[in-house]
Amino acid sequence: MNDFPTPIATVPSTGNKTGGWRTFRPVILYDKCIRCMICWKFCPEPAIKIVSAEKYTAKNAAIGKLDAPEIDYDYCKGCGICANECPVKCIEMVFEEKLEE
Amino acid sequence: MKNLTIPEEEYMLPGHTACLGCGATLAMRYALKALGKNTIITIPACCWAVIPGVYPSRALEVPLLYTAFEVTGAAVSGIREALSAKGIEDVNVVGFAGDGGTADIGIQSLSGAVERGEDIFYIMYDNEAYMNTGIQRSSSTPKGAWTTTTQVGKIRDWKKEKKKNMVEIMAAHGIPYTATASIAFPEDFIKKLEKGKKIKGPKFYQVFSTCPTGWLVSPNKSVEVARLAVESKIFPLYEVENGVYNITYMPKKEVKVKDYFALQGRFRHLTEDEIREIQNDVDEAWRILVEKEKWSKSLMKVQ
Ligand SMILES: Cc1ncc(C[n+]2csc(CCOP(=O)(O)OP(=O)(O)O)c2C)c(N)n1
Ligand code: SF4
Ligand code: SF4
Repeated sequence: MNDFPTPIATVPSTGNKTGGWRTFRPVILYDKCIRCMICWKFCPEPAIKIVSAEKYTAKNAAIGKLDAPEIDYDYCKGCGICANECPVKCIEMVFEEKLEE
Repeated sequence: MKNLTIPEEEYMLPGHTACLGCGATLAMRYALKALGKNTIITIPACCWAVIPGVYPSRALEVPLLYTAFEVTGAAVSGIREALSAKGIEDVNVVGFAGDGGTADIGIQSLSGAVERGEDIFYIMYDNEAYMNTGIQRSSSTPKGAWTTTTQVGKIRDWKKEKKKNMVEIMAAHGIPYTATASIAFPEDFIKKLEKGKKIKGPKFYQVFSTCPTGWLVSPNKSVEVARLAVESKIFPLYEVENGVYNITYMPKKEVKVKDYFALQGRFRHLTEDEIREIQNDVDEAWRILVEKEKWSKSLMKVQ
């Protein structure tokens, strides 16, 4: 009866590590970051995680109470939207080859 | 403590294959944040048909049914009817298609679905050309743009026709709810979808979605370009609810069309005079929109 079963895609795309596409790596400077999460909001992958407040040292005590953004380099393609949208310009785009040196 | 202005839940997975900075993926990410788990999406041929990856890869946490290029409107109608036949009413049935699949080839089935009053969402992610097949012009490509079928060169054959107004076409159907939205204004888009969830009948959204690849825009400027489209009034944010127009974002700054064009290679060839002509078109369209808002509100006696 079922010679032609409906093809159902079941494998999550997370197996595809798109971080390998990256030319420039966004690096968050946590001492400047105000944890507004605007980078997280605009990442098209999404490759920015929300991590617990204590994980990074913050600019001041009030900011230190907020959960922080953390870039997942397994998936970040390096588009640079996060760096462009950051209101305090605390994300630097670093050439990957420089980091390898 | 979290400092978020949009829902935290994600229903779109990373590892997808969209280009760097693709606006269409942001449109999907935000749409699913608003619509949630109880959603079935159907997608015709378009970039989003390849973004989830090669079979058996999936990038969404909700069911997705692929359909043919011209039938998104029929597909959502069928899914809706099938669910209703099973007694299932609490599912958002969503058609998610590009501008080519919506304003050109899919317009007949969309018109049919809307006319029949199907209880569905239709989201047109507007990247202003047929991107998946290599940047061919659509009726939603704006006047002045270069595409591979409106080439510039010596004959300066860039697109001379105006962008088709899909919201007006939908409003003319007497649709209960239709709106524009932008990837640069996710809170506004999500609010409009939340509103749509409370409305029975067809809901249509036209979401401005930057395509860095097709617009010759640097990927990091993807959201900025979309913001400038709204600020320059070339793509205003508004909704039409049962015939009543409502502008949902009043541009704050004096941004000119020229400033919006400046970040994009697809408008690079335009002369000062040509840009001025487009600016005049935009000013006129905005003036009419503001009048329509006033007029429709007074006509329908809305405060
Ligand atoms: C009937 C039919 N004609 C042509 C095609 C080839 N085709 C696949 S995707 C596509 C372009 C889709 O453009 P649009 O709807 O604007 O979405 P985008 O690719 O820009 O995301 C075309 C022409 C097709 N799949 N089916
Ligand atoms: S560079 Fe692009 S893909 Fe990478 S984290 Fe920033 S927004 Fe996301
Ligand atoms: S061609 Fe454009 S719309 Fe298609 S995946 Fe790339 S950026 Fe997105």
